[in-house]
Order: sequence, then C-alpha cells, then structure tokens
Amino acid sequence: MSQTSLPVDQVSGLLIDEEQTLRHRLTYFGRLLWRDKSGMLGLLLFFILIFSAIFAPWIAPHDPLEQNLRFNKKPPAWAAGGSWDYPLGTDNLGRDTLSRIIYGSRVSLTVGIFGVLIASGIGMLIGLISGYIGGRLDNAVTALINLILSLPYLLFVVVIAAILGRSLLNVILIFGITDSPIFARTTRGEVLRIRESGYVESAISIGASRRRIIFDHILPNLLGPLITVATFEMSAMIFYEAGLGFLGLSVPPSVPSWGNMLSNGRQYLTSAPWICTFPGLAIMFASLGMNLVGDWLRDVLDPRLRRVKK
Amino acid sequence: MQRYLFSRLVQSVLILVGVLLLVFFMVRVTGDPASLMMPRESTNESLQAFRHKMGFDRPLIVQLGDFIIHAAVGNFGNSLHFKTPALPMILERLPATMELAGVGMLIAVVVAIPLGLVGGSTPGSVWDSIGRFVGLLGQSIPNFWLALVMIFFFAVQLHLLPSFGRDTLQSVIMPGFVLGLPTMGALVRLTRSAVLEIRGEDYVRTAYSKGLNSNLIYSRHILRNAAIPLISVIGVQFGYMLGGSIYIETIFAWPGMGQLIEQAIGWRDFTLIQAIAFFTSVVVVGLNFLTDLAYALVDPRIRFGG
Repeated sequence: MSQTSLPVDQVSGLLIDEEQTLRHRLTYFGRLLWRDKSGMLGLLLFFILIFSAIFAPWIAPHDPLEQNLRFNKKPPAWAAGGSWDYPLGTDNLGRDTLSRIIYGSRVSLTVGIFGVLIASGIGMLIGLISGYIGGRLDNAVTALINLILSLPYLLFVVVIAAILGRSLLNVILIFGITDSPIFARTTRGEVLRIRESGYVESAISIGASRRRIIFDHILPNLLGPLITVATFEMSAMIFYEAGLGFLGLSVPPSVPSWGNMLSNGRQYLTSAPWICTFPGLAIMFASLGMNLVGDWLRDVLDPRLRRVKK
Repeated sequence: MQRYLFSRLVQSVLILVGVLLLVFFMVRVTGDPASLMMPRESTNESLQAFRHKMGFDRPLIVQLGDFIIHAAVGNFGNSLHFKTPALPMILERLPATMELAGVGMLIAVVVAIPLGLVGGSTPGSVWDSIGRFVGLLGQSIPNFWLALVMIFFFAVQLHLLPSFGRDTLQSVIMPGFVLGLPTMGALVRLTRSAVLEIRGEDYVRTAYSKGLNSNLIYSRHILRNAAIPLISVIGVQFGYMLGGSIYIETIFAWPGMGQLIEQAIGWRDFTLIQAIAFFTSVVVVGLNFLTDLAYALVDPRIRFGG
C-alpha cells in the first residue's frame, strides 16, 4: 500500500477518493476549517447571528418595545451610572439596547436570506438561459447586465425605497431584484466555463439529453461559485438594509432594527453615544462574519485557488 | 481602437436611454404618481388638479414621449418644492459632490495601491497582514456608522476637525475618508490578488531569468498589467461613491447632490429626485466611458485590436 502512490490532497493530506463517504467529506472540511482560523471566526459570528435571531424572545433580557422613561438614556453597565439590568444601556425612550439589538438581528437576517434567495433565483434563471443558449440572446442579456451594474446602485435603491414606502417586504423585494444581475453574471460565466469542459463534451458525445446535461452536470457545478457569491451578497444586503434604515427608509420605525436604532440614536450622539455605538458594532460583526465565511468558501470550493494559496 | 470607442459610445447612449425609462417608470410604479408627490392629507380635488397640471391624466405613451424630449435638452421640469427648474439646482451642487468623491478616491488610491502592491509581492509579511486587514475592514465597517463615531471623537471630544459643512479645508477630511473607506478595502484586495497572480506568470519568470532588474520588472511588467483591472474597478467604484454620498453628505451636512436627494425625499419632491437620479447616471456613464478610454490607452490588445 505504501509502495503505490495514491492521489493525496495537498492541503488536508487525505486521500482523494471518488467514493468518499459523507463522514470523510465532513472531516475533510473540518480540517480545512481548522486550518483557516479566520473562516472559523466568520462561521462563529454567523452562528451567533442565527442563534440570536431564532431565540430572541428567550435570550433578550427585556421586551425590545417596552418603554421606561424613568430609565431613559442609561449608559452601559460598566460606565458610571449604568446597571446590569440594562447591560448596553437604554435609548431616549428607555428601551433596552441589548434586547433591541438581539431582535434587530431578525430583520437583518430575514432581509439577507430572502433577498439572496430571490436574487439568486432570478439571476440563476437568467444566467442559465443566457449562457446555455448563447448567441444574440446572450449578447443582449450581457449588455443589459453590464448596463444595470454600471448604474449608481445605492442611489436607485434609496430612491425606490422612498417611493415604495417602509415595509419589510418592500426592502426584501428591492434587494432581491436589484441584486439579481450579480447572480446572473456569475451563473452565465460559470455556465460558459462548464459547457466547454471535458465532462460536458463527453456527456454530449454519449447522447445525453439537454435536460440531463443541465440538471446533472451544469447545476451541481454551479453551486459552489453561487454559494460564495451569495455569502458576500448577504453581507452586502445586511449592510445596505442598515443604511436604508439609517435614512429612515427601511422597515417601519416601530420595528427594532439596527438601521432604525442608528437613525434614532444619531440625534443623541453627544449626550448618549452608546445608542449608536452598539447597533453599529452589530452590523460590523454580522458583515465581517459573512465576508470571512465567503473568503473561506471561495478558497475551499475552488481547488485551483487552494493550491495557489498554499 | 476607433471601432472599440465607437461601440462604447453607442453603449453609453443606450444605457442613458435605459436610465431615462427607469426614471420615468420609477415614480409610476405605485400606480399613482400624484398621490406620491402630494402631501398625504391632500383632498381628491387637489389631487385631480395636480394630475392635470402635471399631465398625469394623459396617455402613458404621450407622457413618456414628452419626458424624453424634454430630458434630451436638459429640461427636467420644475422642482415641486422650489418651483424652479431642477437642472441648475443640481449643477450648483455638483462641484461639492465631485470634490468629496475626488478626495475620497484620492485617499483610497494613495493608501490602497501601495499596500496591495507590497502585500501581493510579499504574501504573509506584516504589510500583507495590514493590507488584508484594511481590505476586510473596508468591506465590513458600515461607513455611515463610522462617520458618527469619528464625529464623536474628532469633533465633539477632541475639537480637531469640523463636524459639518464645507467651510474650511479641513472640512473635507472626515467625510472624504469615510466615503473612500469601502473603496479603499476593495482596491487593496484587488491590487493584492492582481499582483499575486501576475507574479506567477511566465513572462515575469522570463524577465527574472534573463536577469532583469527587479525594479524594472515591477514597473514594466507587474504594475502595467495590474493597472488594467484597477482602472476598470476605479471607474465602477466612483459610481458607487456617488450613491454612497447620500449617507455621508447627510451626516456631515455637505452641500452636494447626495444631501439634496435626501432632502428631496423628505419634501416628496419627486421631479427633483428624477432629475438627480438621471443626472448622476449621466456623470457615472460619462466616467465609465473615460475609464474605457484609459483602458484602451493602457491595454495594447485594445489599442491595436478591434
């Protein structure tokens, strides 16, 4: 056994086996993850985000909407005048900052997940059709995608949000639709690459149907790059949703969201700076987590890059 | 080269026609532009009168034709709030925004490109770690929040820099830096990966093997090839900055187009908003065209090819 040279993966030191069991694969990814500490940090931040969104009612110390004017603008616990009843202080209406941040993760995560689902759904469909059929249609679609991507994106997002009015559904739809060209471009590029590959050529040569080629060969190979893009785009959506909230154009003001908290806290910047500080940190860590996960996924899912990195 | 520029020019014009359609239908997407532009408590009669005055009661196709013909000569109608033509108001705000975006881009480029170059040529070094850190922070820090934090420290606590307005030279430092930060992150990452990739190319190895001085290799081979993706990304990032200036100008009360659009949203002045959106797109498309020009000058494949 030691005499024959078996193919060994350069990074993990594991054998490359076509029939890897699920357990093998998991240990393999586990090792890759262990090697990439920033990827681990990213996943940790991402899990915290998901955890706080799901279990908000159980972990939040207060009702995020409960006002208590006697305790308004209380500083964080460690500052003079703070108390552990309100670990991160309270806002101008005496609402608990920590609880509002925990509940705010729900808005960010909802916008991120559904925004990306819509954008990737639309984008994948357009990219698949355009890349697979090719020709004039592909030229026209590519030109249109480049057109949309060259516009001042944020400006149009802000204006359209102002026209449609404040609601969670509107925000999700805006990001879902305006972000779809990114997914269409990635899908199209990958489809073109995969279509020229040896295995698709051999599938065609044994007479595989178009449907089989798309579903068995192209779609599974698309998944890696698309998941990577989805992670980065989710981070961007969380970021931009907070930006819209900051301008007062995202979810209604009664809903606790990070952007709304910033927008409200801005007026008390000098007298109670913590009202702004903590939601800003929350946005930063959520966005950082997703970006780190994205970087890690890009390295792991693309074997070519893995070798270069080493 | 001429064919290349001509096709880019045609594309730019087509993009602007597309933007015109977008801007036209944008305010009609809710079905009734009149109720969008009028105060919420307006009576039915006043809405009806407004519809007639603005021509919203005409067939859609007539309205569209009218809008395009007027826009083509730079007439976007009157601002609903100021009752004066929209275009001069925008042109008055343009220099401030360009100054802000220009300073932001300058700060981003001056920091990012050396960092990316050093990081890409010495992966794993201290400078590379700093560069990767800047790249990550630029992408993850919400710059509208950083603006508030910086105002708190540098203006409120230390009294070092003015917190709003455009009165002194120092005024531009904070908003410029904050606006440039995401771009700085993107440029560091891009420069680093471009240099890393080009360093491994055959022509670089050949240059080394024939004994070429490594400074020359950097200036002649690596830098020139890294410039190609950089130029196109700088063009895209400029468009991104003009959008991001809405936040930054609002926070710093910077008297540019971004602040105007934020105010116009508050006034429900949608004719002014339409004009700004279109005008900003014209600026961005124009800049992208210049980027393509620069591209052609740097890349001989385009200069000599089709």
